[in-house]
Amino acid sequence: MTTNTHTLSGSILRWLGVIALPFFLMLLFLWAGGWLTPYRLTQVAMLDALQKGSGMHPGFRRNHAKGVCITGWFEGNGNASSLSMATVLQKGRVPVVGRFALAGGLPYQADAPEKVRSMALRLMPSDRQEWRMGINDIPVFPVGTPQEFHDLQLASRPDLTTGKPDPARMQVFRTSHPWLQTARAQIGRRPVSSGFADDTYRSLDSFLFVAEDGTKTAVRWAMVPVQPVMPEIGHANDHDYLFHKVIEDIHTHPLQWRLMVTLAGSGDAIDNPSKGWPQDDRQINAGTLTLTGIGSEENGPCTGITFDPLVLPEGIMPSGDPILQARSAAYMRSFYLRSGERPTAPAVSPEMTVPSANARDKKS
Amino acid sequence: MKNVESFTLPSRILHWVMAVMILAMLLIGVFMASTVGSGYYRLVALHRSVGIAILVLAMLRLGNRLHTPPPPLPEDFPPVMKIGAHASHILLYVLMIVLPLVGWGMLSAGGYPIPLWGQSVLLPPILPHNPMLWAELRSVHTLLAFLLFGLVLAHIAAALFHGLIRRDGVLRSMVFRKSLDPISQESHGD
Repeated sequence: MTTNTHTLSGSILRWLGVIALPFFLMLLFLWAGGWLTPYRLTQVAMLDALQKGSGMHPGFRRNHAKGVCITGWFEGNGNASSLSMATVLQKGRVPVVGRFALAGGLPYQADAPEKVRSMALRLMPSDRQEWRMGINDIPVFPVGTPQEFHDLQLASRPDLTTGKPDPARMQVFRTSHPWLQTARAQIGRRPVSSGFADDTYRSLDSFLFVAEDGTKTAVRWAMVPVQPVMPEIGHANDHDYLFHKVIEDIHTHPLQWRLMVTLAGSGDAIDNPSKGWPQDDRQINAGTLTLTGIGSEENGPCTGITFDPLVLPEGIMPSGDPILQARSAAYMRSFYLRSGERPTAPAVSPEMTVPSANARDKKS
Repeated sequence: MKNVESFTLPSRILHWVMAVMILAMLLIGVFMASTVGSGYYRLVALHRSVGIAILVLAMLRLGNRLHTPPPPLPEDFPPVMKIGAHASHILLYVLMIVLPLVGWGMLSAGGYPIPLWGQSVLLPPILPHNPMLWAELRSVHTLLAFLLFGLVLAHIAAALFHGLIRRDGVLRSMVFRKSLDPISQESHGD
């Protein structure tokens, strides 16, 4: 070896030179992964907050855990095709796999009128430009940012002794988030329909429709039921009455919804799903969803799908709404975790989704 | 000071372009896998596209390497270190190709569409839709990424060890210089 002789301090400097760059990169890597900033809101923290409210239920979605698979088709009428080049919005029929569910991480919770219901859809055109959505029957989202969602989950988690949210903790959240008061009131006084079939489901988050010429239009949308909306009625002591009812409904006749797209008016909040849009915004009826099949999640067609709202076709883009990004990230992690866990039998069993004699009679 | 033959210009360009891409991918990957912030969607889209670009470049690079073998290590380089150098380079090549393939495979198994550079180009799935497989490959992707990051750090430290401690010309063989050192040209016949 023919290296120059050098002083001890020179040698130390050279060795420092060898390790400085790898060390710096290591720090950068640890920072990027969130390991140096324990207070940064991460996907793990988000799912932990959800789990604090509902406990650990291996194999189930971390939110909207109790559900049932649905199938059918969506038929675009072309009315929105000038706003978005998405193939699903052109005239024509595409197959759909979806899911009805109750909000919350409890897979065996009892059905109740005031619980938030959701519809998740995967619209699958033949060119594979698919559109997934998870839409809910509330008028606005209760929070406007991922941090607020996280804090609300912690504030509303059930108390260990009473099994109900701690009113004091909720009060602290409310007083520290006065700007969410309107959203809370709107959600609290929403009309409640009789079941999944006559419910209206809204995107809540805003998206951008992109036209052929690149023009972007901020939109929200809703699935509005074609079947008449019935008021909430008694449900005896049936733990799963909402699911029993929608199973019976679909076996009796196909269920339909109109996809109503709302165009943002000037001044409408695009990036905040806790803010509603006025009733007089322009609306477009973009097509009709028809559901003809329903089945248990046990080996069901919706089980291996995550209804990530940012799986979008060409022609639809996310808006600047920060909740969308957090949903996409959290759905991915939830899908990753539950897919690696041993699945447990869902509340809505395959036996429950078999057509009853009653429904078969009505159909024939 | 010993002189080592330089890598060919295409080899050096491939090396440095991919070095930047791979380091960026590792940092983006570990950030996007933890964040719920506003960059999530864009970073995932970028990660998919750059990952496929790395896969293509890595295959090109493998072809280039087989076609134009790299300059030999200095003769006085300890045999144990030589074995380590060769093994780590084989592993680097394996990971540059396998890591993007695992990423592509896991999205396929997860039933995700795989758009590249915008939304119009969709990659076909390379594995059947299978959620259990998605979860396993998602874990494997993370583990292999950690392994690659460790290897990259070791690779950088080794290069600096050559350049600052041994000063044997190995680091210089991969960097860009205005003109080739005449002595190093003579050393071809060593």
